[in-house]
Amino acid sequence: MKNEWPLWEIFIRGQHGMSHRHVGSLHAPDAEMAIKNARDVYTRRNEGVSIWVVEANHISASSPSDKGPLYEPSESKVYRHPTFFDIPEEVGAM
Amino acid sequence: MTREEAFTQFLLRMGDNTLILGHRVSEWCGHAPVLEEDIALANTALDLIGQTQMWLGLAGEVQGEGKSADDLAFLRDAWDFRNVLLCEVPNGDFGRTLMRQFLFDAWHSIQLGRLMKSSDERVAAIAEKASKEVAYHLERSADTVVGLGDGTEESRRRMQEALDYLWPYVGEMFQSDDVDAEMVKAGIAPDPASLREEYDALISRILGDATLTIPESRFAHKGGRTGAMHTEHLGHLLTQMQWLQRAYPGAKW
Repeated sequence: MKNEWPLWEIFIRGQHGMSHRHVGSLHAPDAEMAIKNARDVYTRRNEGVSIWVVEANHISASSPSDKGPLYEPSESKVYRHPTFFDIPEEVGAM
Repeated sequence: MTREEAFTQFLLRMGDNTLILGHRVSEWCGHAPVLEEDIALANTALDLIGQTQMWLGLAGEVQGEGKSADDLAFLRDAWDFRNVLLCEVPNGDFGRTLMRQFLFDAWHSIQLGRLMKSSDERVAAIAEKASKEVAYHLERSADTVVGLGDGTEESRRRMQEALDYLWPYVGEMFQSDDVDAEMVKAGIAPDPASLREEYDALISRILGDATLTIPESRFAHKGGRTGAMHTEHLGHLLTQMQWLQRAYPGAKW
């Protein structure tokens, strides 16, 4: 529909979260209203302390058809994961 | 009129404003033009009804007849309500609903700011809690009034019509009577008339940004906050709001 408001992607940083996480999307006429709508749609139950909004068409995404070339090469290379080290107990939780 | 009687009236006025407007706004639930506005309006309605619980709860306490907030909300008839007429007028279109919200929010935010300095600490505490919610209501309704007023030809026309229709209901919020005089004397609440200047400055700025024209007439409908004469709309609203408690007395959630 031509008159529909643009779509915004909403990112919220939770009470104890270090980074903003994508929580969903909504429609709004501009960025300020998108923040207000996000406040009403996504933070009603004390979910967040900070809101980012990004107009969806400003997000560039990888193409699903590129999945093979992009991700497969890393699947067979277990040595890229640091899982072969014995961690001394005194180090504690990592 | 004793101090307690005046205080009870004042608290009913505060609580009935938020109750009746909250109910009106809740009528949009499931009907708003877009999902996001639907949720925002329902949130506003819930905030207002939450504030009602505090105001009417205290009203029942001060009145001393053992009535709860629910008793006052659901078991009074139209002539016992003390809300301003602005709160009970029908929603109209979305633009009129938001214009009514803005005209009320502007008064509400100024009133709560004054009540935070009330000599009665229960009143000050309720005002403190409600003022944070209302600051957001005002921000949202003001933004929407500007967006629609300074919007398309059609949205601007509708917002001007809404303002013209609602304007005669604005003056009642600033009328003073014996109840108010008693509240001023006790330091509990400000004289309503003393809020007008700040109100006019606030709405002139926002309505100016919205490219809308404030009507010149200062004619004001009245009778809501005194209970002398409500509009015919209040009774219809109450039939919806109160029917369950009327049909099933004492029913619990």
